[in-house]
Amino acid sequence: MNLSIRLAHLYPKLMNLYGDRGNIICLRHRCRARGIELTVDELDLGDRLDPQAYDLIFIGGGQDREQRRIVRDLIDVKGEAIRQAVEEGVAALAVCGGYQLFARYYRPAVGEDLPGLGIFDAHTEHPGENVARCIGNVVAEWEGGTLAGFENHGGRTYLGGGARPLATVRTGYGNNGVDKTEGAVYKNAHGTYLHGSLLPKNPRFADHVLRLALRLRHGDVELAPIDDALEDAAHAAAIRVAGR
Amino acid sequence: MSIRMVTAIAAGKLAGTASRAFGRGGGTALPGVVAEKVEPRLVERLAAQLGHGSIIVTGTNGKTTTAHMLSSIAAKAGYRPLHNRSGSNLMRGVATALLDNAGLLGRLSDAERRLGVFEVDEATLPEAVRAIKPRVLLFTNLFRDQLDRYGEVDSIAARWRSTLEAAPESTMAVLNADDPSVAALRESARGPVIFYGVDDRSAALAGPEHAADSRWCAGCGSEYVYDTLFYGHVGHWRCPGCEKTRPQPDVSATSIRLEPGGDTTLSVATPQGETSLSLRLSGLYNAYNALAALAGGLALGFDVETVRAGIEAVDAAFGRQERFEIDGRRVQVFLGKNPAGLNQVLRTIAAVPGEKRLLLLLNDDIADGRDVSWIWDADFELLADGAASTIVSGRRAEDMALRLKYAGFPADLPVVRGTDEALALALRETPPGEQLFVLPTYTAMLEVRGLLAKRGGAAPYWEAPS
Repeated sequence: MNLSIRLAHLYPKLMNLYGDRGNIICLRHRCRARGIELTVDELDLGDRLDPQAYDLIFIGGGQDREQRRIVRDLIDVKGEAIRQAVEEGVAALAVCGGYQLFARYYRPAVGEDLPGLGIFDAHTEHPGENVARCIGNVVAEWEGGTLAGFENHGGRTYLGGGARPLATVRTGYGNNGVDKTEGAVYKNAHGTYLHGSLLPKNPRFADHVLRLALRLRHGDVELAPIDDALEDAAHAAAIRVAGR
Repeated sequence: MSIRMVTAIAAGKLAGTASRAFGRGGGTALPGVVAEKVEPRLVERLAAQLGHGSIIVTGTNGKTTTAHMLSSIAAKAGYRPLHNRSGSNLMRGVATALLDNAGLLGRLSDAERRLGVFEVDEATLPEAVRAIKPRVLLFTNLFRDQLDRYGEVDSIAARWRSTLEAAPESTMAVLNADDPSVAALRESARGPVIFYGVDDRSAALAGPEHAADSRWCAGCGSEYVYDTLFYGHVGHWRCPGCEKTRPQPDVSATSIRLEPGGDTTLSVATPQGETSLSLRLSGLYNAYNALAALAGGLALGFDVETVRAGIEAVDAAFGRQERFEIDGRRVQVFLGKNPAGLNQVLRTIAAVPGEKRLLLLLNDDIADGRDVSWIWDADFELLADGAASTIVSGRRAEDMALRLKYAGFPADLPVVRGTDEALALALRETPPGEQLFVLPTYTAMLEVRGLLAKRGGAAPYWEAPS
């Protein structure tokens, strides 16, 4: 059986703030190790997204300026297709600024609200320029294990009833620094504030995303174990420094 | 002189002596912290005494080397430069440099021959300019760097603009024509502007790098078009949406010769005619540093011959391509602290012929940036094929080892806990006569430099001759 994944990487130049491309590098590595053919299509401003074509959609973080640049394109050009794909079970991973834009809206400290795709029943508010950003190492418990990464966001995200949190914060702020939730899940779409890069040092979560991406066309696939000694060591080190 | 000023100076000097006596480092910041607590206007009062005024150097990369060169130019001209050395570039570092050269009564020594050469952290700039009132303000480049500490690139650019708008008309701005976000500052400058840049297109990259930040016009939002790209977002840019285009530099490199791992020679067109520069530093980024220093020297009113001689007299600055000789091995330290700067380092090392022996040290102290995600934006792939031995250390060594694995290095790289042990192993892996490349982040650089000094390589930085 020839396994393959087609990945849509949204705005790779505009939305890559804290080494988010490390996630793509990681997926390539883990697919190659299992003989899974991974094709990455980079979709920029103006490019349409075929909702039938993809198994996985990825979007990274960006500064306020970049988020403003892409938001109209995201909603008007790609929005309907992304929503349709997610409804049909396509996997998605949205990090930081991308996560905020996959939710309902972002209310900045000053200026008008930024609309989002509404895939996650959640919204984000910036509490004001003088309120400290949520910056630091994060450790959170996810149903498949522990997640470790680094967060840096001004906005606070609050989940509605239609989204469930991705993880429970053990160290750090997560969505809003108050309710201990981190990230959001809707169907096979995941939003998170974790940079790090996230996937390289959370190999179990990386494989979880890969399994979801394969499921639509290949059903439940057993991923062959690969040597994760270094990945596990980096994971453990990130947890260690977070407790410092 | 006020009692407060005298008390501030005495307290600051005492703190410096104590800090050095107890071996707590170089005392390059603590005296300033203490003295500024007593007299907040300390820097302003001391800087006002500088007989030849001062120049401030800021930007993401290249500050230390450029300031080092400017200091050397001033010395060649017979001035006595007053320079905050060793990258101590917050207000307290500036205050400490001034304190070290002031008497107990608050008078600068040899004040009439003094020129202040201050490298200033990009976020500290507004405060520094208010207090120092420099004659010349030099900007190198603007890249993302430690976003957990500095915030986003846009907020730094906004701070720079308002600083220039608030500076007096007599302040000259020296700007990198090839970095669009720096060149755009001309619109905020109220005084004269001098541009520097590279005209030699043979120094161009084959393709774009990931570590580019200012890709979109600050004015109209269009994506810049590059006829030539040198590194990151630095090159011959123009905006297809509005009239903005790279200004023709006043000081421009018409030809650059990069000797792999060795000297760099440039032909430079200046308002005072053609000159040439021969640098004992490698890499295109050092050519940019030299052009910045040359333009800065001319802005200060020095003649081009003095400027050339001053720049050529400079050897590596603190931890920036600095060389050590340990038991017959050549050791060279290349500070790397953000993707754009590190990519320049990686390219420079990759250009050296032969197999490489590497020691990479990744820390996540506040001075390094707590967030190590940036290593995923640097192109370590450039060195994957040429590395004969690679040792990884630092507090986030595992993150670095993982990054290197995904860049094509072996998956079983030695991860060594202590810096001393890592250095010892890296030296053992380097045969006599061969070269070891050490790539540390900032605090790791301080540490490894101290260890190299202990092994007989060089004096600790606070004892370096000035």
